[in-house]
Amino acid sequence: MFAYYLDLALRSLKRNKVLTALMVTAIAVGIGASMTTLTVMHLLSGDPLPGKSSRLFYAQVDASPDAKGREPYDVLDYRSAMDLWSAQRADRQTLIANSMIKVRQTETNLPPLMLAMLSTTADFFPMFDVPFQYGGYWTADDDARHARVAVISADLNNQLFAGADSTGRILRLRDADVRIVGVLKPWRPSPQFYNVAGGRFSQGQTAGFYSRPESVFTPFTTGLEINDGHFSQFSCWGMPATPGHLQDAPCVWIRLWVQLDSAAKVADYRRFLVDYAAQQKTLGRFTTTQTRLRDLMQWLDFNGVVPRDVRLQTWLAFAFLAICLFNTVGLLLAKFMRRSGEIGVRRALGASRGAVFSQYLVEAGLIGLLGGVGGLLLTVTGLWLIRRQPVEYADLVHLDGTMFLVTFALAIAASLLAGVLPALRASRLAPGLQLKTQ
Amino acid sequence: MSLHPILAALRRHRLATMLIALEIALACAVLCNACFLIVSRLQLTQVRSGVDEASLAELTLTGYEAANAAELNARVIDGLRRIPDMQSVSVINAVPFGEHAGTAGISLDQAGQRRVGAVHFYVGGPGSFEALGLQLVAGSAPQASDYQPVLNFVPANATVLVTRTLAEHMWPGVDPLGKEFWCGELHFRVGGVVAHFARPRGGPGGSNTIEWSVFVPGQPGPQLAGVYLLRAPPAHLPRVLRDARAAIAKIAPDAVVDNQGSQTLSDLRENYFRQDRVMAGMLAGVIAALLLVTALGIVGLASFWVQQRRRQIGVRRALGATRGDILRYFQTENFLIVSGGIAVGMALAFALNLVLMQHYELPRLPLYYLPIGALVLWGLGQLAVLGPALRAAAVPPVVATRSV
Repeated sequence: MFAYYLDLALRSLKRNKVLTALMVTAIAVGIGASMTTLTVMHLLSGDPLPGKSSRLFYAQVDASPDAKGREPYDVLDYRSAMDLWSAQRADRQTLIANSMIKVRQTETNLPPLMLAMLSTTADFFPMFDVPFQYGGYWTADDDARHARVAVISADLNNQLFAGADSTGRILRLRDADVRIVGVLKPWRPSPQFYNVAGGRFSQGQTAGFYSRPESVFTPFTTGLEINDGHFSQFSCWGMPATPGHLQDAPCVWIRLWVQLDSAAKVADYRRFLVDYAAQQKTLGRFTTTQTRLRDLMQWLDFNGVVPRDVRLQTWLAFAFLAICLFNTVGLLLAKFMRRSGEIGVRRALGASRGAVFSQYLVEAGLIGLLGGVGGLLLTVTGLWLIRRQPVEYADLVHLDGTMFLVTFALAIAASLLAGVLPALRASRLAPGLQLKTQ
Repeated sequence: MSLHPILAALRRHRLATMLIALEIALACAVLCNACFLIVSRLQLTQVRSGVDEASLAELTLTGYEAANAAELNARVIDGLRRIPDMQSVSVINAVPFGEHAGTAGISLDQAGQRRVGAVHFYVGGPGSFEALGLQLVAGSAPQASDYQPVLNFVPANATVLVTRTLAEHMWPGVDPLGKEFWCGELHFRVGGVVAHFARPRGGPGGSNTIEWSVFVPGQPGPQLAGVYLLRAPPAHLPRVLRDARAAIAKIAPDAVVDNQGSQTLSDLRENYFRQDRVMAGMLAGVIAALLLVTALGIVGLASFWVQQRRRQIGVRRALGATRGDILRYFQTENFLIVSGGIAVGMALAFALNLVLMQHYELPRLPLYYLPIGALVLWGLGQLAVLGPALRAAAVPPVVATRSV
């Protein structure tokens, strides 16, 4: 029966090519627009560490004197960060500080580069499942000894060492020589979640959260030592005595991530943070006992990482799809009603209402399938256009298997939805009346 | 012409009429809001920086040590001045549309109780004020003695220039000259007022506080180094900037030129607003596609109705109706449907605007967008129905005598 309906549908579509083309185009354009924006949304709002993100937490306390009655600062001051980290109360914990550093390869005469350096502790790599191409990460002992070691990104390895195994080679960071102990595989988390902070002050212009990870990673203590004077603050409540040297400054600039493997440990850590803040308040260093411990996805959510324009585009695309659907419903209705005579004959010859209904729904579904193919082409074109835009996430944009299937599902669902009403009306026609008017 | 027969016919086609009206309502809501978004985006890009953008370029060096900064400044200024057509080279901490360098909260009293908000401090060395080409509206330009050593990011006690907007915000209706303000321990006295001076990036408060800038004269040194303001005739500026970048390799081989921060101000402005222009272009594309789809929907439905009513049209024509009568019938019918859609659409447009206001800090939709949207849709409807209506008018009266 289905094959017969399909044949009927094809014949009907061929009969009025202009109307068919109109409907297919409307669906294709609607699907193309909404799938392009939905794919970007999907890529930008996804979980950067699926399966693990619920065990990673971002800790916040606030040492500033004006902390009362507002959200705690997004990042930590040096002392609080060191206290919380050295307590080692979580399964894993890592500190993060960012700076720009001058990088030279001593063996060649390449001009120096200014690159982003992440100073962090050894736990960073296993916590965030960072993949290695050569070598590995440094040890906790290296952190303690301020060891002159570094891990570099695949991009930098390609640039300086033509992609060869560069472990054991020396890199000059500012004035210090460090030994490369590991080279990352190409690693492109979306967003660059471990650095996300301050999203609520960015007025929705958060594309920067999707930039590439740093080129150089050094132990936290080493980084602070070799790039002293070049750290910039997230915020300050007083002037740092020496600009760029923030260890004793009234400034916040360090991020603390912890891994907590069970609900009990999360509760324990929460209590630990509250106790720490209370103790610091008694000591007179804090004015508030406010603390926060959000898991990775909550933290991304709090920062509103998906750029405002991307969200706006998605809404717009779906409003557009809705208009295209109304359009299709109207046209299908017109098309089906025009065949009232035909329907009357079929009904008079014994076809049930259900049979007429399914026949017309098959026709609507076929239009959806054709629209889906067109929509897919338009989606691919749309994504290609976005990849050419000068935005940080441009290179992330691609159509994955899920979104490929979603495109067809959406197209067929949309046109079936559009087809239900006209098909229902068609199946409800009184056969006698239609035959009489002939 | 009486409306009664048209309304009676529409009542027979309630569903199709409602669908097309709803489509128009949605189109009206999206059209009004999308147009409003386009206009507000384009308005953003019209910001006046207050400086001679066409003649200015920024050159940023990194990778030098603070200890060598004073000597680097001297070498760079001396070296770059030799470039042909270079009008001036001065040290500055930031330029409009570039990276911000010193955003800090200020207050009207030393205790920090009467807060004003976060402003951007432009710190510029000798010659930078003149190079920027800021328009002085009161007071005087910085004197040679005003350029003091920069301690942390500004001098401890400085005579500064503020923008008219900021002065009006801090001391409404009062002459700002000689007034004082503080940023922690740092003390400032207003020595002059400039007409416009945009902060590098929109700070807290977005476009409303875009002109909250303070110009602080400062002596180049360890805390004021690395960013250089180049001025040259607009026609020569790109070449001068290229020459300057090439010259740095010789003047300061140890420093690294920052590509982002080494562009002409026109390029910086272009990049700064690119996203807004892309968004405006996209919205315009959506509007065009929207109008097209809506028009096609009207054409499709109207064609169907014309075909369905061929006999009735024939009968009317046979009974004496002119072609004009038939044409007007379909035009009036379309006008009624579109009007119904617009009535619902205006309410929808307002609702959509409320949602956008909540999520996108958008102002309220000005009311005049609604009649403009309505006019556009009426026009679109009439245009779309014209083809089918003309075809209807061409139906000969003889059709009435034929059976199907």
